[in-house]
Amino acid sequence: MKEVHVDEIVSVIEKLFIDANYNLSQNVLDTIKKSIDKEESSVGKEVLRELIKNANLARDEHIPICQDTGLAVTFMEVGQDVHIIGGSLNDAINEGVRRGYAKGYLRKSACHPFTRKNTGDNTPAIIHVKIVPGDKIKITVLPKGGGSENYGSVRMLVPSEGKEGVKALVLEMVTKGGPNPCPPIIVGVGIGGNFETSALLSKEALMEPLGKRSDDPEIAALEEELLLAINKTGIGPQGYGGIVTALDVHVKMMPCHIASLPVAVNIQCHAHRIKEAII
Amino acid sequence: MEIKRIKTPLEPYVIEQLKAGEKVFLSGYIYTSRDAAHKRFVDTLNEGGRLPFDIQNQVIYYCGPSPAPPGRVIGACGPTTSSRMDAYAPRLVSLGLKGMIGKGKRSQAVKDALKQYKAVYFGATGGAGALLSKSVISSEVVAYEELGPEAVVKLGVVDMPLFVINDVYGNDLYESGAERYKR
Repeated sequence: MKEVHVDEIVSVIEKLFIDANYNLSQNVLDTIKKSIDKEESSVGKEVLRELIKNANLARDEHIPICQDTGLAVTFMEVGQDVHIIGGSLNDAINEGVRRGYAKGYLRKSACHPFTRKNTGDNTPAIIHVKIVPGDKIKITVLPKGGGSENYGSVRMLVPSEGKEGVKALVLEMVTKGGPNPCPPIIVGVGIGGNFETSALLSKEALMEPLGKRSDDPEIAALEEELLLAINKTGIGPQGYGGIVTALDVHVKMMPCHIASLPVAVNIQCHAHRIKEAII
Repeated sequence: MEIKRIKTPLEPYVIEQLKAGEKVFLSGYIYTSRDAAHKRFVDTLNEGGRLPFDIQNQVIYYCGPSPAPPGRVIGACGPTTSSRMDAYAPRLVSLGLKGMIGKGKRSQAVKDALKQYKAVYFGATGGAGALLSKSVISSEVVAYEELGPEAVVKLGVVDMPLFVINDVYGNDLYESGAERYKR
């Protein structure tokens, strides 16, 4: 059995959150660049150019891409042949977050729901762990801002509402958000499972590379259809009007109960910060 | 696109020339404040007190920056969602505040106040916190230091890139823009 010491996990998490907040991935950068040509509004084009300038400055001068450096969403895929030694996995992730947010001068945005008192170190991280075959640990971090997260929703549809019901919910959330979640947005849709898995699927959908379509032709067609519909709302970059309202839409689906049709919509801003590492 | 250069304090004749959809570069001093500071402003006024700075012809920026690393004036400093300040904004506009910078739609009450008292609402590009930080040349806490990232900070800015969202003529870029490109 392969042994991985928690110290290594702490160190990788620390670096990933700093990297994610300073360096926008090439995939996102390329997608925004391409969207400048697609955009018809001159104000929209100008906003998109600002986003490119912003990403370049963040990388070159080491300034966070956005001041909202997010809650520390962390996905762990732990190989079943890995033995984690030296302490608790959860504690290691939180220590990595604590160090990364301090060393990287990242904003601490975690607080008590009612008193609003800040926890001071951006913990607790939002941790999702999956046990997978193999002897590796894959860590993906997705620091997620509040502005876009506020426009997500989980709804238990009636099965008869079907695909049309899903489309209506996605458009309802995109329109409700308008300029607030910082368009051009990325939309993750989770369909099926139950109440909580639909939400998790929608977040996992956000982790797919921009421009990639689902392997399932039916889902791929739904993704295309949703993207087209969202870009017809007219919201545009920053909500100033235009045709680039979303950079992409990803859908993940799984079977659900015969009585249910759970659907979750998770919205991500254009500052789509995601980084991964394998131990 | 064409860019207008404007300065704080915002003079009424300058405000009247601004139209929704225009890009401007703003220079001068602006004041950051968000949720907690706004609540204190209005509580202070209700108790008959005075605001911690003279808001006559001034501009407020809805912003809670990331920490400034050593050697820098400020961290990333993009806008936060303005609607959370809608409950307080009309009162401040009625007292002489001439500009607000943020992101997202405003309430009808705020838009009415902008028209009545001749003030403007600017959008800074959300998520462009690094770019916006490059316009900031000085930073000085003027009130509520204990609020941390929510303290009121006087920022010296040069050519801060903004878009006019709501002008004094009742135009709203969020509405007109989306209407124009809706298919």
